[in-house]
Amino acid sequence: MSPKKRRRLWFAAAIVVAGGLGAWLVIWALGNNTMFFRSPTDVANKLVQPGIAFRVGGLVGEKSMRQGAGAEVHFTVTDGKGVVPVEFHGVLPALFREGQGVVATGALDARGTFMASDVLAKHDEKYMPPEVVDALKKSGRWKEGEAP
Amino acid sequence: MIGELGQLSLAFALALSLVMANAGLVGAGAANNTARRIASGATMGLMVFCLLAFGVLTYAYLVSDFSIRTVASNSTTLQPLFYKIAAVWSNHEGSMLLWMLVLSLYSGTIALLGRGGERLTSAALGIMGLLSAAFLLFILFTSSPFLRIDPPVFEGAGLNPLLQDPGAVMHPPMLYLGYVGLSAAFAYAAAALIVGEPAQSDGWVRAARPFMLMAWITLTCGIALGSWWAYYTLGWGGFWFWDAVENASLMPWLVATALIHSAMATEQRGAFRTWTLLLAITGFSMSLVGTFLVRSGVLTSVHSFASDPARGFFILILIGLAIGGALALFAWRAPKLQDGVPFQAVSRESALLLNNVLLMAALAVVFIGTIYPLALDAMTGRKITVGPPFFALLFGPLCVLMMVLVPFGPRLPWRKGDLKSAARTLAPALGVAAVAGLTALAIASPKSAVGIGAFAVAGWLIGASIIELRKRRGARLTAFAAAIAHAGLGVSLIGVAGTVGWQSEALVVVGPGETLTVGPYTLRFDGVMERDGPNFTGKQASIAIMDGTRVAAVMRPEQRIYTAEGQDVSYTAIRTTGIRDLKLVLGDDRGSGRWTLSAFVSPLAPLIWIGGLVMALGGLLSLFARLATRAPKPEAAALPQAAE
Repeated sequence: MSPKKRRRLWFAAAIVVAGGLGAWLVIWALGNNTMFFRSPTDVANKLVQPGIAFRVGGLVGEKSMRQGAGAEVHFTVTDGKGVVPVEFHGVLPALFREGQGVVATGALDARGTFMASDVLAKHDEKYMPPEVVDALKKSGRWKEGEAP
Repeated sequence: MIGELGQLSLAFALALSLVMANAGLVGAGAANNTARRIASGATMGLMVFCLLAFGVLTYAYLVSDFSIRTVASNSTTLQPLFYKIAAVWSNHEGSMLLWMLVLSLYSGTIALLGRGGERLTSAALGIMGLLSAAFLLFILFTSSPFLRIDPPVFEGAGLNPLLQDPGAVMHPPMLYLGYVGLSAAFAYAAAALIVGEPAQSDGWVRAARPFMLMAWITLTCGIALGSWWAYYTLGWGGFWFWDAVENASLMPWLVATALIHSAMATEQRGAFRTWTLLLAITGFSMSLVGTFLVRSGVLTSVHSFASDPARGFFILILIGLAIGGALALFAWRAPKLQDGVPFQAVSRESALLLNNVLLMAALAVVFIGTIYPLALDAMTGRKITVGPPFFALLFGPLCVLMMVLVPFGPRLPWRKGDLKSAARTLAPALGVAAVAGLTALAIASPKSAVGIGAFAVAGWLIGASIIELRKRRGARLTAFAAAIAHAGLGVSLIGVAGTVGWQSEALVVVGPGETLTVGPYTLRFDGVMERDGPNFTGKQASIAIMDGTRVAAVMRPEQRIYTAEGQDVSYTAIRTTGIRDLKLVLGDDRGSGRWTLSAFVSPLAPLIWIGGLVMALGGLLSLFARLATRAPKPEAAALPQAAE
């Protein structure tokens, strides 16, 4: 084997090893850091284990918002079928309203309360998060071409 | 009448872009001066009509012509002049027109400068003509900003108050200068492949480098502005959220960074010829992918306006044609290219290669993390998000590795370098790194291993840049430019280290007169007052920063309800000492004068954006140096230039 060929072979081997290692790292990191989106119906059907981070989206339940003893806030998220109680420590987004779309990130605790670490509301009056629209369509709360 | 004038201008621009595409590509052939003159003239015409269309739309906003739909939905008569103008590009239709305007301005610049010879210029104009035609069709058929509403409304709906902000106003034009600047690099690369000769002699790289630099500078500024806006607008206490929309702008930036480095090796040494061509194609592809992500409505963000599937579909077709066409051209012509002077394992070329490998790996991480959820949703309907830890885990180490290696690059000569001598020169920087790390270890509490490590790396980068500046006294300006840009990276890293390693936050419910402590601050809550403005009603808190019993300063975070738009906006209050930011967010009313208050102390945060500015400054210096002096003939291009 000529030195040039040998060098190329080493080079190719290095690329394969680095690529394989990189791919493995990416897949491993993806596996540990992806979160599923669940509808309130999914949660009500006990499809989600406590302690596992996921996102839940739907409408904020009417008259469900309640301030806790500390800085926390309680409210519910619903798609018309399932209802998830949510607890959040933080400042709610300015456009957070009862009866409007919201997506929260967090995990269920042992009592089945969703402990949110992050709450996103829509950013203007016209907009509804696409996941929420999907969840509402599935549960039948959303009719094409009209607001819920 | 005025709206129709705009629409008509766009139609003329479309006709001219087709002439430009046709004549430009014909003029790329050996001797066709007439076609070249036509292409050049058509380009000027395109520029004029795009300016006219944009001017007409701006005028419609200025006079509040609510018979035009985009004006009616994004402006009001009450809006301040500044935001009436900013509203022009605050929405999908207007921002696409801005994109088109920038594209036409770059085309005009290509025609006027005529860098790289007549054939190359002509072919580049041909490609710019094709792109212009595609975007004009897109605007005219799916996103015209001039459509009327009948009957006209009496008062407009107003600009989203979140966007009534100087940072948000400057962010899109900057980003578009960058996105579209990459289209010029793309056009030159494709033109070089069409004409053939400039690809071998690297004439196209010399011609395209100012455009690459311009794209990189403006992307850097645009991203910094966007991050800054998110930092002070969203009360989350962060500067980067690995949101898909942020990633959409980061991806072209990573490619542009790789491109300006790889182009350097190609221009000077004829190295990485095919790779640089491929990067130029990839860069613009990433711009298009970013545009698709942001504009098609597949993502949830401030950027997703009411979406229309036709738009996303159109952009997808455009991506397919542009990328597919360019890659086909590449596959056909690139194998004929030969690389320039061979180089050794330790050399400037190898350093630049490593830079590109790491940047591409970083691009792959961001790309996978951004696209995977969308692909999974499209294929299986399962909705997932990739969390920030994914990016931090993979992108972070790649960046740190890159920053550790950066100082070696400029210290290694072309073709064959000496690692030991480079290390000897850089040894004092290691001292700076040690001092920086130890200082952080001594004064910072609580201890943060990541923060201290980042400090050391930043010290290393900045120290090495200072050595570089001293060593290169009397050298060409471009060498300084690189040192400054690299130092900017170090400055940003310090800001990131401070914010990530030592941010403290507090979330409390406070009543009037009560105090709270966060980080080194003691704050006294002095209650909330009603405070109404011309187009909003508001509640403003008054919070005193205490120095013993004395009030050192008062901060006023507030909440506003914009009456016309019917939208609530929370305004954070930020007080910066230059080395530390205190940010306050007013939360819910808890009754009997008590409110939720959220406070963040972010040490060194301002340096994140100052570093970005320093990087952009380095880029600007390089751009000026390049435009002011004629580029010296590179040794590698010994091939005779074809008669031009």
